[in-house]
Amino acid sequence: MLERTVRIGSTHGLHARPAKLFTQAAAASGATVTLSKSGGDPVNAASILGVISQGIDHGDEVTLVVDGGDESAVLDSLIELLSTDHDE
Amino acid sequence: MMEITGTGIGQGVAVGPIVRMAEPLPEPVDRPSDLDPEREGERAKASLSVVAHELTERGARAGGAAKDVLEAQAMMAEDPSLIDEVTARLADGKTAERAVFEAFASYRELLAGMGGYMAERAADLDDISQRVIAHLLKLPAPGVPDPGHPFVLVARDLAPADTATLDLDQVLGLVTVDGGPTSHTAILAREKSIVAIVGAADASGLADGDTVIVDAANGLVVSGPSPDEIAAAEARIAERAALEAAPVTPGALADGTAVPLLANLGSADGAAEALRLGAEGVGLFRTEFLFLGADTAPSVTEQQAQYTRLLTAFAGRKVVVRVLDAGADKPLAFLNDAHEDNPALGLRGIRALRHAEVILREQLTALAAADAATDADLWVMAPMIATVEETRYFTGLAKELGIRVAGVMVETPSAALVADRVLAACDFASIGTNDLTQYTMAADRLLGTVATLQDPWHPAVLRLIADVGAAGAEIGKPVGICGEAAADPLLAAVLVGLGATSLSMSPSALADVRASLARYSLSDAKTLAQAALAAEGAAEARAAAQSAASEITTVREAAP
Repeated sequence: MLERTVRIGSTHGLHARPAKLFTQAAAASGATVTLSKSGGDPVNAASILGVISQGIDHGDEVTLVVDGGDESAVLDSLIELLSTDHDE
Repeated sequence: MMEITGTGIGQGVAVGPIVRMAEPLPEPVDRPSDLDPEREGERAKASLSVVAHELTERGARAGGAAKDVLEAQAMMAEDPSLIDEVTARLADGKTAERAVFEAFASYRELLAGMGGYMAERAADLDDISQRVIAHLLKLPAPGVPDPGHPFVLVARDLAPADTATLDLDQVLGLVTVDGGPTSHTAILAREKSIVAIVGAADASGLADGDTVIVDAANGLVVSGPSPDEIAAAEARIAERAALEAAPVTPGALADGTAVPLLANLGSADGAAEALRLGAEGVGLFRTEFLFLGADTAPSVTEQQAQYTRLLTAFAGRKVVVRVLDAGADKPLAFLNDAHEDNPALGLRGIRALRHAEVILREQLTALAAADAATDADLWVMAPMIATVEETRYFTGLAKELGIRVAGVMVETPSAALVADRVLAACDFASIGTNDLTQYTMAADRLLGTVATLQDPWHPAVLRLIADVGAAGAEIGKPVGICGEAAADPLLAAVLVGLGATSLSMSPSALADVRASLARYSLSDAKTLAQAALAAEGAAEARAAAQSAASEITTVREAAP
């Protein structure tokens, strides 16, 4: 199990397109991935409703936990997605 | 062949097969399921998956930004957290329909509670939920259908959101069972140049796949037309396309009398399109878009930037801006949040602004500053004026804050009846025919049941317009028309005959009105106006004007 914290790069936060790209990737990774907003309960990262209902904004810190599969590769690619600004 | 009548919007014609819009589904009843939870779970998952697949496919067809939105919706339909919520409810013995409904509703509440952008996504969830439940019940999906080929849409009525998202490459025409000429559907159809007939009560009998001619100019839906009728309709479609492609000239009567043709705009975004269609300026710029949906009024600086954008686009031309017209069907909490039983008769328009004068002062200040910074000819007017005293209040304040030309909208019979005194106290009048008709006929413009009374052709309405026209001519002040009436080509000529000096309308109507005015001299227009004024009712007035018009054209064609 691997864990890392990252700051959200998208200008309008983690909803709509960025949330879709992220949850698609989380679902496709084959691993169990959870996401939690600083201090909040972890939600299933493959659930777009779970993710957007966290109301995560640009600059917010979120923690990812990856369990199973090629953990470090999955974590790297998901962190990359979260720190990129998809609203540019 | 069968003919169905309704109120035509615009002058267009369309031919095509019908696709009906399904009615919204009722909330699924909360009753114990006859099936076991596993079987219900399979049903739910199958329908969720079908809907997700459909949404993905629609996204792939649409491309662009719509693709992302539809793909996100598809993911919501198969969301693992949502499926957990459904499964938990099925374990309690609920039906798949009810479990899906409740699971979506729980997320809906969550998102709606977050406000802003998230709250808008709540409506997406309603749409997905309805689609899944419709699939479970083997009913057609609600909302605007997407059959994958061009079609004529038949609906009871459309929500503004439905109309706004219509794919104009696919929707050839629109027929609604409910709604009148001033309903929101009609206004949006006019704005987007959709060939439409509203209030066609018998259209509920039309079946999917029937070929129809939608003849908006004559307010007629012809179902099962003959090949000759189809050929004639197609010839008219080609003729109108040619008319729209013709070079744009300033609005004028046959004898050369100039009648400036102006555009009604709701935001600065429409300026380029209005100019392309031949608008000689703006006759009604609605400023509500700056305020609706906001928690507080926008700042002077923010407003000034928007006004500057508009005035820059119309440099050297006339732009008539209406100050905030809120209240009634456009409530604004920061202006007036008191409950009113009859909001159309309540604290709206200038009354509401006077109640919150700081908002009016800021708007006038922003307008004056934008005017000073640009080259357009800015006129500013107040909505819902009922008295001479209100006229003095508004023009006094406008002049004090640096507005050069200040006028009023004539929308109440009282303002029309004392138009000579109202006009003496301001620089110009602009007649808002939708509200003037509503108040003259005592018929709520949003109420389908009284839609037939909502007709600006009624001689009572025309009489009031004639009074304002005469008062304007008497003291030499302009009287414009900025209501849907100006977009009706024949009525436009009648209005000029009644004394209107300019006409403002949705840009899409400009070509038809320009062509119509060019057919009549000023004395012809007065003849048309007298024929309409002398009639008993709206239908008779229209018929009288039509008959006078055909006489005029016949005589002219017979002349050497």
